[in-house]
Amino acid sequence: MNSSVIVFPGSNCDRDIAVALEKMQFKNKMVWHKDTTLPKSDLIVIPGGFSYGDYLRSGAIAGKSLIVNEIIKAANSGCLILGICNGFQILTETGLLKGTLLRNKNLKFINKDVNIKVINNKTKFTSKYNLNQILKINVAHNEGNYFTKESHLEELNKENLIAFKYCDEKGVVNDLSNPNGALENIAGIFNAKKNILGMMPHPERMVDEMISNTDGVNLFSSLINK
Amino acid sequence: MKYSITVTLKKDVLDPQGKVVENTLKNMGLNSLKSVRQGKYFEIEVEEKNEEVADKEVTQMCEKLLVNLIIEDYKINKI
Repeated sequence: MNSSVIVFPGSNCDRDIAVALEKMQFKNKMVWHKDTTLPKSDLIVIPGGFSYGDYLRSGAIAGKSLIVNEIIKAANSGCLILGICNGFQILTETGLLKGTLLRNKNLKFINKDVNIKVINNKTKFTSKYNLNQILKINVAHNEGNYFTKESHLEELNKENLIAFKYCDEKGVVNDLSNPNGALENIAGIFNAKKNILGMMPHPERMVDEMISNTDGVNLFSSLINK
Repeated sequence: MKYSITVTLKKDVLDPQGKVVENTLKNMGLNSLKSVRQGKYFEIEVEEKNEEVADKEVTQMCEKLLVNLIIEDYKINKI
């Protein structure tokens, strides 16, 4: 499978995701944001970081960059798109995913391993996980507080478009297990066609037992065996 | 033509920064304070001489980039 990682000024998880993708046997290419063509890709990843220093709003400037037009075209023709952390913020700014990410409720930058629960495992991104499986994945963000209109929240629930929710180690989803104040503990969502996933946690940081754990591996193995 | 634009969070969106400023002002003894909402301010100059066209363009600038309409409101003033 061919993957592309989009690099913006200020992206800082682009190398990590490239290492994870290559470890999982993707043929990966890095794509600079000023490029106007995408290499042939089955998967496009928008990595974490602080594109454009989070000027204006997180992801706002990157969301209007040249390569984004190509990403939107690819998304509309069914290409898989994964946005992690700042990548999720960028996807909401492009309109490919609905809603937005507000400042964390406690006003603090949060960098810790949190538990998330797999809410929908019938997608190309999550098929190797069990339903309700609890994962331990690192989050590192200042704006991870997912917010959307009531009508969209209803759609997310009705169409099963919530990928992951924050929970505690027993899987309890409540305010206590919500690190950033996200609506209904939402940690990741799909678009209506389920070919786009945006998530705040960093699965690419969880692919090696030596530095963390391997809870992120199945996201990539779902994709490669889709 | 010159415009000023203020962008604020919508009423029903939590504004934690505004809340912290509000609490601090209250702690400083400024007791008449009712509430604080924090926002952004832009000054924009456009070359366009036709007022109607310029107004339209500034509105577009707001809706396409400066404002996230899901969570923010904006006001445009001529200066």
